[in-house]
Amino acid sequence: MTEDKRIKEYVNVTVKFKKDGQMIPVNIEWENGKVYTVDRVLDIRNAASLKAGGCGIRYLCKIMGMQTYIFFEEDKWFVERKMPCAEDS
Amino acid sequence: MFVLYNIPRDRGIMESIILHADLNSFYASVECLYNPAIRDLPVAVCGSVENRHGIVLAKNQQAKKVGIKTGEAVWQARLNAANLVVVPPHYDRYLRFGNLAREIYCSYSQRVQPFGMDEAWIDISFPGRTIEQGYEIAQQIRKRIKFELGITVSIGVSFNKVFSKLGSDMKKPDAVTVISRENYKDLVWPLDVGELLYVGRATKKKLSNWNINTIGDLANADAVFIHDKLGKCGTILKDYATGNDYSPVENTEHETIIKSIGNSTTPPKDLCSLEDIRITSFVLAESVARRLREHGLKGKTVQIYMRDCDLEGFERQGQLSDYTNISTEIAHRAIKLVKANWYFQKPVRSFGIRVTDLASSKGPIQISIFKEENKRFKAMDLEYSIDSIRKRYGPYAIQRAALLNTRSCGDLSDSTEALMREVSFNTGEAR
Repeated sequence: MTEDKRIKEYVNVTVKFKKDGQMIPVNIEWENGKVYTVDRVLDIRNAASLKAGGCGIRYLCKIMGMQTYIFFEEDKWFVERKMPCAEDS
Repeated sequence: MFVLYNIPRDRGIMESIILHADLNSFYASVECLYNPAIRDLPVAVCGSVENRHGIVLAKNQQAKKVGIKTGEAVWQARLNAANLVVVPPHYDRYLRFGNLAREIYCSYSQRVQPFGMDEAWIDISFPGRTIEQGYEIAQQIRKRIKFELGITVSIGVSFNKVFSKLGSDMKKPDAVTVISRENYKDLVWPLDVGELLYVGRATKKKLSNWNINTIGDLANADAVFIHDKLGKCGTILKDYATGNDYSPVENTEHETIIKSIGNSTTPPKDLCSLEDIRITSFVLAESVARRLREHGLKGKTVQIYMRDCDLEGFERQGQLSDYTNISTEIAHRAIKLVKANWYFQKPVRSFGIRVTDLASSKGPIQISIFKEENKRFKAMDLEYSIDSIRKRYGPYAIQRAALLNTRSCGDLSDSTEALMREVSFNTGEAR
Protein backbone atom coordinates (compact mmCIF):
# COMPACT_ATOMS: atom_id res chain seq x y z
CA MET A 1 0.00 0.00 0.00
CA THR A 2 1.42 3.38 -0.94
CA GLU A 3 1.64 6.02 1.78
CA ASP A 4 -0.78 8.94 1.47
CA LYS A 5 1.74 11.79 1.34
CA ARG A 6 0.49 15.35 1.30
CA ILE A 7 2.04 18.77 1.01
CA LYS A 8 0.82 22.13 2.20
CA GLU A 9 -0.66 24.17 -0.62
CA TYR A 10 -1.77 27.72 0.03
CA VAL A 11 -4.84 28.65 -2.00
CA ASN A 12 -7.06 31.64 -2.70
CA VAL A 13 -10.41 31.28 -0.98
CA THR A 14 -13.56 33.36 -1.33
CA VAL A 15 -15.15 33.66 2.08
CA LYS A 16 -18.61 34.61 3.29
CA PHE A 17 -18.71 36.34 6.66
CA LYS A 18 -21.80 35.51 8.64
CA LYS A 19 -23.52 38.05 10.88
CA ASP A 20 -21.87 36.51 13.95
CA GLY A 21 -18.42 36.91 12.37
CA GLN A 22 -17.99 33.27 11.43
CA MET A 23 -16.15 32.64 8.15
CA ILE A 24 -17.55 30.16 5.64
CA PRO A 25 -15.48 29.29 2.55
CA VAL A 26 -17.51 29.70 -0.64
CA ASN A 27 -15.05 28.64 -3.32
CA ILE A 28 -11.40 27.72 -3.72
CA GLU A 29 -9.16 28.81 -6.52
CA TRP A 30 -6.56 26.23 -7.53
CA GLU A 31 -3.12 27.22 -8.82
CA ASN A 32 -4.15 26.73 -12.48
CA GLY A 33 -6.93 29.25 -11.99
CA LYS A 34 -9.74 26.69 -11.79
CA VAL A 35 -12.36 27.59 -9.23
CA TYR A 36 -14.09 24.89 -7.17
CA THR A 37 -17.32 25.70 -5.38
CA VAL A 38 -17.74 24.52 -1.80
CA ASP A 39 -21.07 22.68 -1.87
CA ARG A 40 -21.39 22.34 1.89
CA VAL A 41 -19.37 22.87 5.05
CA LEU A 42 -19.84 19.75 7.17
CA ASP A 43 -17.71 20.54 10.22
CA ILE A 44 -15.62 23.37 11.68
CA ARG A 45 -13.12 22.86 14.50
CA ASN A 46 -9.60 23.65 15.59
CA ALA A 47 -7.26 20.93 14.40
CA ALA A 48 -3.72 20.19 13.32
CA SER A 49 -2.81 19.03 9.87
CA LEU A 50 -0.41 16.17 10.55
CA LYS A 51 -0.20 15.30 6.86
CA ALA A 52 0.73 18.72 5.49
CA GLY A 53 2.06 20.40 8.64
CA GLY A 54 0.35 23.24 10.46
CA CYS A 55 -2.63 23.96 12.64
CA GLY A 56 -5.62 26.26 12.61
CA ILE A 57 -9.37 26.18 12.00
CA ARG A 58 -10.20 23.05 10.00
CA TYR A 59 -13.21 23.12 7.65
CA LEU A 60 -14.51 19.78 6.43
CA CYS A 61 -16.05 20.64 3.06
CA LYS A 62 -17.92 18.83 0.36
CA ILE A 63 -16.56 19.80 -3.05
CA MET A 64 -17.84 18.06 -6.18
CA GLY A 65 -19.20 15.24 -4.05
CA MET A 66 -15.83 14.65 -2.31
CA GLN A 67 -15.02 15.47 1.31
CA THR A 68 -11.88 17.50 1.83
CA TYR A 69 -10.26 19.61 4.54
CA ILE A 70 -9.43 23.29 4.16
CA PHE A 71 -7.38 24.94 6.93
CA PHE A 72 -7.33 28.57 7.97
CA GLU A 73 -3.99 29.10 9.69
CA GLU A 74 -3.25 32.55 11.08
CA ASP A 75 -4.29 34.65 8.04
CA LYS A 76 -3.86 32.14 5.22
CA TRP A 77 -5.79 29.22 3.78
CA PHE A 78 -4.21 25.91 2.82
CA VAL A 79 -5.24 22.49 1.61
CA GLU A 80 -3.49 19.14 2.02
CA ARG A 81 -2.42 18.50 -1.54
CA LYS A 82 -1.70 14.94 -2.61
CA MET A 83 1.91 14.31 -3.59
CA PRO A 84 2.15 12.77 -7.04
CA CYS A 85 3.24 9.10 -6.79
CA ALA A 86 6.41 7.96 -8.59
CA GLU A 87 4.32 5.72 -10.92
CA ASP A 88 2.16 8.66 -11.95
CA SER A 89 5.06 10.64 -13.38
CA MET B 1 -16.56 40.28 43.70
CA PHE B 2 -15.73 37.49 46.12
CA VAL B 3 -12.57 35.49 45.81
CA LEU B 4 -12.38 31.96 47.14
CA TYR B 5 -8.85 31.13 48.17
CA ASN B 6 -7.47 27.63 48.43
CA ILE B 7 -7.04 26.81 52.08
CA PRO B 8 -4.57 24.19 53.33
CA ARG B 9 -6.31 20.86 53.81
CA ASP B 10 -5.92 20.70 57.57
CA ARG B 11 -7.52 24.13 57.91
CA GLY B 12 -10.28 24.11 55.37
CA ILE B 13 -12.70 22.37 53.09
CA MET B 14 -11.38 22.40 49.55
CA GLU B 15 -8.58 20.17 48.35
CA SER B 16 -6.45 21.81 45.66
CA ILE B 17 -6.23 20.06 42.31
CA ILE B 18 -3.39 21.46 40.30
CA LEU B 19 -2.25 20.34 36.87
CA HIS B 20 1.20 20.97 35.45
CA ALA B 21 1.27 20.73 31.66
CA ASP B 22 4.61 20.35 29.91
CA LEU B 23 4.67 20.37 26.10
CA ASN B 24 7.01 17.53 25.11
CA SER B 25 10.20 18.42 23.23
CA PHE B 26 8.41 21.65 22.43
CA TYR B 27 10.63 23.32 19.80
CA ALA B 28 11.42 20.03 18.06
CA SER B 29 7.76 18.92 18.07
CA VAL B 30 6.66 22.15 16.41
CA GLU B 31 9.41 21.80 13.79
CA CYS B 32 8.39 18.19 13.11
CA LEU B 33 4.75 19.23 12.77
CA TYR B 34 5.67 21.74 10.07
CA ASN B 35 7.95 19.31 8.27
CA PRO B 36 6.35 15.84 8.30
CA ALA B 37 9.23 14.42 6.23
CA ILE B 38 11.62 14.65 9.20
CA ARG B 39 9.15 13.37 11.80
CA ASP B 40 10.64 9.87 12.04
CA LEU B 41 14.27 11.03 12.03
CA PRO B 42 16.35 12.33 14.94
CA VAL B 43 15.80 16.09 14.90
CA ALA B 44 17.65 18.78 16.84
CA VAL B 45 16.74 22.45 16.93
CA CYS B 46 20.05 24.30 17.07
CA GLY B 47 21.23 27.89 17.14
CA SER B 48 23.46 29.35 14.46
CA VAL B 49 26.93 27.76 14.37
CA GLU B 50 28.37 30.89 12.71
CA ASN B 51 27.21 33.07 15.59
CA ARG B 52 28.54 30.53 18.12
CA HIS B 53 25.03 29.65 19.23
CA GLY B 54 25.51 26.22 17.70
CA ILE B 55 24.15 24.16 20.55
CA VAL B 56 21.19 21.82 20.75
CA LEU B 57 18.24 23.83 22.05
CA ALA B 58 15.75 20.96 21.83
CA LYS B 59 15.50 17.49 20.36
CA ASN B 60 12.74 15.06 19.49
CA GLN B 61 12.18 11.60 20.99
CA GLN B 62 14.22 9.86 18.27
CA ALA B 63 17.19 12.12 18.96
CA LYS B 64 16.77 11.50 22.68
CA LYS B 65 16.93 7.74 22.07
CA VAL B 66 20.32 8.01 20.35
CA GLY B 67 21.73 9.99 23.26
CA ILE B 68 21.61 13.57 22.01
CA LYS B 69 21.50 16.00 24.90
CA THR B 70 20.19 19.54 25.15
CA GLY B 71 23.07 21.99 25.47
CA GLU B 72 25.70 19.98 23.64
CA ALA B 73 27.43 21.40 20.56
CA VAL B 74 26.10 20.53 17.12
CA TRP B 75 29.31 18.66 16.20
CA GLN B 76 29.05 16.54 19.35
CA ALA B 77 25.42 15.73 18.54
CA ARG B 78 26.37 14.66 15.02
CA LEU B 79 28.83 12.15 16.46
CA ASN B 80 25.89 10.34 18.09
CA ALA B 81 23.67 10.37 15.02
CA ALA B 82 25.06 10.78 11.54
CA ASN B 83 21.53 11.20 10.16
CA LEU B 84 20.69 13.95 12.64
CA VAL B 85 18.47 16.63 11.09
CA VAL B 86 19.52 20.06 12.34
CA VAL B 87 16.92 22.81 12.00
CA PRO B 88 17.08 26.48 13.02
CA PRO B 89 14.65 27.76 15.66
CA HIS B 90 11.46 29.64 14.72
CA TYR B 91 10.56 31.57 17.86
CA ASP B 92 7.48 33.15 16.32
CA ARG B 93 5.98 29.67 15.85
CA TYR B 94 6.86 28.62 19.39
CA LEU B 95 5.24 31.76 20.78
CA ARG B 96 2.10 31.05 18.76
CA PHE B 97 1.89 27.44 19.89
CA GLY B 98 2.59 28.44 23.51
CA ASN B 99 -0.32 30.89 23.32
CA LEU B 100 -2.63 28.36 21.62
CA ALA B 101 -1.88 25.81 24.35
CA ARG B 102 -2.58 28.47 26.95
CA GLU B 103 -5.96 29.22 25.35
CA ILE B 104 -6.85 25.56 25.74
CA TYR B 105 -5.78 25.59 29.41
CA CYS B 106 -7.82 28.76 29.98
CA SER B 107 -10.96 27.02 28.76
CA TYR B 108 -10.73 24.83 31.90
CA SER B 109 -9.67 27.43 34.46
CA GLN B 110 -8.95 31.11 34.81
CA ARG B 111 -6.07 30.33 37.10
CA VAL B 112 -3.32 29.47 34.62
CA GLN B 113 0.27 30.36 35.40
CA PRO B 114 2.76 29.98 32.56
CA PHE B 115 6.26 28.77 33.45
CA GLY B 116 8.29 29.53 30.35
CA MET B 117 6.75 29.06 26.93
CA ASP B 118 6.04 25.35 27.13
CA GLU B 119 4.93 24.79 30.72
CA ALA B 120 2.00 25.98 32.79
CA TRP B 121 0.21 25.27 36.03
CA ILE B 122 -3.58 25.08 35.87
CA ASP B 123 -5.58 25.26 39.08
CA ILE B 124 -8.82 23.32 38.55
CA SER B 125 -9.79 23.19 42.24
CA PHE B 126 -13.52 23.30 42.80
CA PRO B 127 -15.57 22.41 45.86
CA GLY B 128 -16.37 18.70 45.75
CA ARG B 129 -14.05 17.97 42.82
CA THR B 130 -11.89 14.90 43.34
CA ILE B 131 -8.41 14.13 42.06
CA GLU B 132 -9.97 11.42 39.85
CA GLN B 133 -12.02 14.14 38.15
CA GLY B 134 -8.80 16.13 37.86
CA TYR B 135 -7.31 13.16 36.03
CA GLU B 136 -10.24 13.14 33.59
CA ILE B 137 -9.80 16.86 32.88
CA ALA B 138 -6.07 16.32 32.34
CA GLN B 139 -6.86 13.57 29.83
CA GLN B 140 -9.21 15.92 27.96
CA ILE B 141 -6.52 18.59 27.80
CA ARG B 142 -3.95 16.04 26.62
CA LYS B 143 -6.25 14.85 23.81
CA ARG B 144 -7.15 18.38 22.74
CA ILE B 145 -3.51 19.50 22.56
CA LYS B 146 -2.71 16.49 20.38
CA PHE B 147 -5.70 16.95 18.09
CA GLU B 148 -5.77 20.73 17.83
CA LEU B 149 -2.06 21.54 17.89
CA GLY B 150 -0.51 18.32 16.59
CA ILE B 151 2.00 18.12 19.44
CA THR B 152 1.98 16.19 22.70
CA VAL B 153 1.82 17.19 26.34
CA SER B 154 2.64 15.46 29.62
CA ILE B 155 0.47 16.44 32.55
CA GLY B 156 0.99 15.96 36.26
CA VAL B 157 -2.07 16.04 38.51
CA SER B 158 -1.55 16.69 42.20
CA PHE B 159 -2.59 18.65 45.25
CA ASN B 160 0.22 21.20 44.94
CA LYS B 161 2.36 22.87 42.30
CA VAL B 162 5.65 21.16 43.13
CA PHE B 163 4.27 17.62 42.97
CA SER B 164 2.27 18.31 39.81
CA LYS B 165 5.49 19.46 38.16
CA LEU B 166 7.23 16.28 39.25
CA GLY B 167 4.27 14.34 37.88
CA SER B 168 4.54 15.88 34.43
CA ASP B 169 8.17 14.66 34.26
CA MET B 170 7.36 11.08 35.23
CA LYS B 171 5.66 9.78 32.08
CA LYS B 172 6.59 11.24 28.70
CA PRO B 173 5.42 11.83 26.07
CA ASP B 174 1.66 12.25 25.83
CA ALA B 175 0.73 10.98 29.30
CA VAL B 176 -0.97 11.92 32.55
CA THR B 177 0.42 11.08 36.00
CA VAL B 178 -1.47 11.47 39.26
CA ILE B 179 0.40 12.14 42.49
CA SER B 180 -2.15 12.00 45.28
CA ARG B 181 -1.89 12.21 49.05
CA GLU B 182 -2.12 8.43 49.04
CA ASN B 183 0.70 7.65 46.61
CA TYR B 184 3.18 10.54 46.85
CA LYS B 185 5.47 8.71 49.25
CA ASP B 186 5.77 5.82 46.80
CA LEU B 187 6.15 7.96 43.68
CA VAL B 188 7.99 11.08 44.81
CA TRP B 189 10.16 10.11 47.74
CA PRO B 190 12.38 7.60 45.90
CA LEU B 191 13.29 10.27 43.29
CA ASP B 192 16.72 11.88 43.26
CA VAL B 193 16.67 15.08 45.31
CA GLY B 194 17.96 16.98 42.26
CA GLU B 195 14.55 16.42 40.61
CA LEU B 196 12.91 18.75 43.13
CA LEU B 197 12.15 22.28 41.98
CA TYR B 198 14.94 24.70 42.97
CA VAL B 199 17.44 22.01 43.95
CA GLY B 200 20.25 22.89 41.58
CA ARG B 201 23.73 21.45 41.25
CA ALA B 202 25.19 23.37 44.20
CA THR B 203 22.34 22.52 46.62
CA LYS B 204 22.33 18.89 45.51
CA LYS B 205 26.06 18.66 46.25
CA LYS B 206 25.55 20.09 49.73
CA LEU B 207 22.63 17.75 50.44
CA SER B 208 24.62 14.81 49.17
CA ASN B 209 27.41 15.64 51.65
CA TRP B 210 24.84 15.23 54.44
CA ASN B 211 23.67 11.91 52.93
CA ILE B 212 20.43 13.41 51.66
CA ASN B 213 20.14 11.83 48.24
CA THR B 214 16.43 11.39 47.61
CA ILE B 215 13.40 13.62 48.04
CA GLY B 216 12.30 11.22 50.80
CA ASP B 217 15.62 11.76 52.61
CA LEU B 218 15.00 15.51 52.51
CA ALA B 219 11.40 15.13 53.69
CA ASN B 220 12.52 13.04 56.66
CA ALA B 221 15.58 15.14 57.52
CA ASP B 222 15.63 17.09 60.77
CA ALA B 223 13.98 20.48 60.16
CA VAL B 224 16.34 22.35 62.50
CA PHE B 225 19.38 20.81 60.83
CA ILE B 226 18.15 21.78 57.33
CA HIS B 227 17.35 25.31 58.49
CA ASP B 228 20.78 25.65 60.12
CA LYS B 229 22.55 24.48 57.00
CA LEU B 230 20.50 26.03 54.20
CA GLY B 231 18.57 28.78 55.98
CA LYS B 232 15.05 29.80 54.94
CA CYS B 233 15.45 28.20 51.52
CA GLY B 234 16.21 24.87 53.19
CA THR B 235 12.94 25.01 55.11
CA ILE B 236 11.06 25.80 51.90
CA LEU B 237 12.72 22.87 50.11
CA LYS B 238 11.84 20.53 52.98
CA ASP B 239 8.23 21.74 52.76
CA TYR B 240 8.25 21.02 49.04
CA ALA B 241 9.54 17.49 49.70
CA THR B 242 6.86 16.80 52.31
CA GLY B 243 4.06 18.09 50.07
CA ASN B 244 3.46 21.21 52.16
CA ASP B 245 3.54 23.66 49.25
CA TYR B 246 0.59 26.04 49.32
CA SER B 247 1.82 28.56 46.74
CA PRO B 248 -1.13 29.69 44.62
CA VAL B 249 -1.44 29.46 40.86
CA GLU B 250 -1.44 33.02 39.51
CA ASN B 251 -4.74 34.18 38.05
CA THR B 252 -4.59 35.06 34.34
CA GLU B 253 -6.98 37.92 34.93
CA HIS B 254 -4.09 39.75 36.50
CA GLU B 255 -1.30 40.63 34.12
CA THR B 256 2.07 39.34 35.25
CA ILE B 257 3.92 42.11 37.02
CA ILE B 258 7.39 42.58 35.61
CA LYS B 259 9.98 42.32 38.34
CA SER B 260 13.12 42.62 36.23
CA ILE B 261 14.24 43.21 32.67
CA GLY B 262 17.46 41.81 31.28
CA ASN B 263 19.36 40.66 28.23
CA SER B 264 22.28 38.30 27.85
CA THR B 265 24.43 37.30 24.92
CA THR B 266 26.94 34.69 23.83
CA PRO B 267 29.01 36.86 21.48
CA PRO B 268 30.68 35.45 18.35
CA LYS B 269 34.05 35.62 20.15
CA ASP B 270 34.91 35.14 23.83
CA LEU B 271 35.33 38.41 25.71
CA CYS B 272 38.96 38.65 26.80
CA SER B 273 39.44 42.23 27.93
CA LEU B 274 37.72 45.01 29.79
CA GLU B 275 37.27 46.80 26.47
CA ASP B 276 35.29 43.81 25.12
CA ILE B 277 33.16 43.86 28.26
CA ARG B 278 32.67 47.61 27.95
CA ILE B 279 31.40 47.35 24.36
CA THR B 280 29.12 44.41 25.18
CA SER B 281 27.83 46.22 28.27
CA PHE B 282 26.72 49.16 26.15
CA VAL B 283 24.97 46.87 23.64
CA LEU B 284 23.10 45.05 26.42
CA ALA B 285 22.40 48.18 28.47
CA GLU B 286 20.87 49.91 25.43
CA SER B 287 18.55 46.96 24.87
CA VAL B 288 17.62 46.74 28.56
CA ALA B 289 17.07 50.51 28.87
CA ARG B 290 14.92 50.57 25.73
CA ARG B 291 12.74 47.77 27.09
CA LEU B 292 12.45 49.56 30.43
CA ARG B 293 11.24 52.69 28.64
CA GLU B 294 8.80 50.65 26.53
CA HIS B 295 7.23 49.29 29.71
CA GLY B 296 7.26 52.71 31.38
CA LEU B 297 9.70 51.53 34.05
CA LYS B 298 12.92 52.54 35.76
CA GLY B 299 15.18 50.40 37.91
CA LYS B 300 17.54 50.89 40.80
CA THR B 301 19.54 47.65 40.94
CA VAL B 302 21.84 46.38 38.20
CA GLN B 303 22.76 42.70 38.08
CA ILE B 304 25.43 41.15 35.91
CA TYR B 305 25.71 37.55 34.89
CA MET B 306 28.97 36.09 33.57
CA ARG B 307 29.92 32.63 32.38
CA ASP B 308 33.45 31.65 31.42
CA CYS B 309 34.64 29.32 28.67
CA ASP B 310 34.32 26.35 31.06
CA LEU B 311 30.65 27.29 31.54
CA GLU B 312 31.20 28.24 35.20
CA GLY B 313 29.18 31.33 36.01
CA PHE B 314 28.22 33.79 38.71
CA GLU B 315 25.92 36.74 39.33
CA ARG B 316 26.60 40.00 41.13
CA GLN B 317 24.45 43.02 41.76
CA GLY B 318 24.85 46.63 42.79
CA GLN B 319 22.57 49.56 43.45
CA LEU B 320 22.33 52.85 41.63
CA SER B 321 21.86 56.11 43.49
CA ASP B 322 18.67 56.88 41.51
CA TYR B 323 16.05 55.00 39.56
CA THR B 324 17.05 55.00 35.91
CA ASN B 325 16.28 53.82 32.41
CA ILE B 326 19.30 55.55 30.91
CA SER B 327 21.56 53.07 29.14
CA THR B 328 24.81 54.88 30.02
CA GLU B 329 24.09 54.71 33.74
CA ILE B 330 23.18 51.02 33.54
CA ALA B 331 26.26 50.21 31.46
CA HIS B 332 28.62 52.10 33.78
CA ARG B 333 27.23 50.32 36.85
CA ALA B 334 27.59 46.97 35.10
CA ILE B 335 31.20 47.73 34.11
CA LYS B 336 31.94 48.75 37.70
CA LEU B 337 30.56 45.41 38.92
CA VAL B 338 32.72 43.55 36.41
CA LYS B 339 35.83 45.46 37.50
CA ALA B 340 35.17 44.58 41.13
CA ASN B 341 34.46 40.90 40.56
CA TRP B 342 36.22 39.62 37.46
CA TYR B 343 39.93 39.29 36.97
CA PHE B 344 40.00 37.81 33.45
CA GLN B 345 41.51 34.51 34.53
CA LYS B 346 39.42 32.91 31.80
CA PRO B 347 37.72 34.33 28.70
CA VAL B 348 34.03 35.17 29.11
CA ARG B 349 31.66 33.02 27.04
CA SER B 350 28.40 34.74 27.88
CA PHE B 351 27.48 37.97 29.60
CA GLY B 352 24.20 39.44 30.72
CA ILE B 353 22.78 42.56 32.37
CA ARG B 354 19.53 42.76 34.27
CA VAL B 355 17.81 45.67 35.98
CA THR B 356 15.62 44.94 39.00
CA ASP B 357 13.97 46.90 41.81
CA LEU B 358 11.63 48.49 39.28
CA ALA B 359 9.28 51.43 39.62
CA SER B 360 7.06 53.36 37.23
CA SER B 361 8.90 55.97 35.19
CA LYS B 362 5.86 58.25 35.43
CA GLY B 363 5.91 58.62 39.20
CA PRO B 364 7.33 61.64 41.07
CA ILE B 365 11.06 61.73 41.64
CA GLN B 366 13.18 63.27 44.36
CA ILE B 367 15.80 65.44 42.70
CA SER B 368 19.07 66.16 44.44
CA ILE B 369 20.61 69.56 45.05
CA PHE B 370 24.05 67.96 44.96
CA LYS B 371 23.76 66.54 41.45
CA GLU B 372 23.44 68.04 38.03
CA GLU B 373 19.93 66.72 37.48
CA ASN B 374 19.59 68.71 34.24
CA LYS B 375 22.22 66.50 32.67
CA ARG B 376 20.23 63.41 33.59
CA PHE B 377 17.03 64.85 32.14
CA LYS B 378 18.90 65.72 28.94
CA ALA B 379 20.32 62.18 28.77
CA MET B 380 16.83 60.78 29.23
CA ASP B 381 15.42 62.99 26.44
CA LEU B 382 18.29 61.92 24.23
CA GLU B 383 17.48 58.25 24.75
CA TYR B 384 13.81 58.79 23.91
CA SER B 385 14.91 60.61 20.72
CA ILE B 386 17.19 57.69 19.83
CA ASP B 387 14.26 55.30 20.36
CA SER B 388 12.19 57.39 17.98
CA ILE B 389 14.92 57.47 15.29
CA ARG B 390 15.42 53.70 15.54
CA LYS B 391 11.71 53.07 15.35
CA ARG B 392 11.47 55.08 12.14
CA TYR B 393 14.72 54.17 10.39
CA GLY B 394 15.83 50.84 11.89
CA PRO B 395 18.09 49.70 14.75
CA TYR B 396 21.34 50.71 13.04
CA ALA B 397 20.23 54.23 12.06
CA ILE B 398 21.96 55.65 15.10
CA GLN B 399 24.63 53.99 17.23
CA ARG B 400 27.36 54.72 19.70
CA ALA B 401 30.69 55.14 17.92
CA ALA B 402 32.15 52.41 20.13
CA LEU B 403 29.68 49.91 18.70
CA LEU B 404 30.28 50.52 15.01
CA ASN B 405 32.30 47.34 14.59
CA THR B 406 30.04 45.09 16.64
CA ARG B 407 26.98 44.48 14.52
CA SER B 408 26.98 40.80 15.36
CA CYS B 409 26.45 41.70 19.01
CA GLY B 410 24.14 44.55 18.14
CA ASP B 411 21.69 42.14 16.51
CA LEU B 412 20.40 41.09 19.88
CA SER B 413 18.97 44.48 20.65
CA ASP B 414 15.94 43.76 18.53
CA SER B 415 15.97 40.00 18.51
CA THR B 416 12.93 37.97 19.31
CA GLU B 417 14.84 36.26 22.10
CA ALA B 418 14.73 39.52 24.00
CA LEU B 419 11.00 39.14 24.22
CA MET B 420 11.18 35.62 25.59
CA ARG B 421 10.66 36.10 29.26
CA GLU B 422 10.90 33.17 31.58
CA VAL B 423 8.60 33.42 34.49
CA SER B 424 9.70 32.57 37.95
CA PHE B 425 7.79 29.98 40.01
CA ASN B 426 6.66 32.08 42.93
CA THR B 427 6.72 35.68 41.89
CA GLY B 428 5.77 35.82 38.23
CA GLU B 429 9.11 37.49 37.67
CA ALA B 430 10.06 38.21 34.08
CA ARG B 431 13.71 37.57 33.47
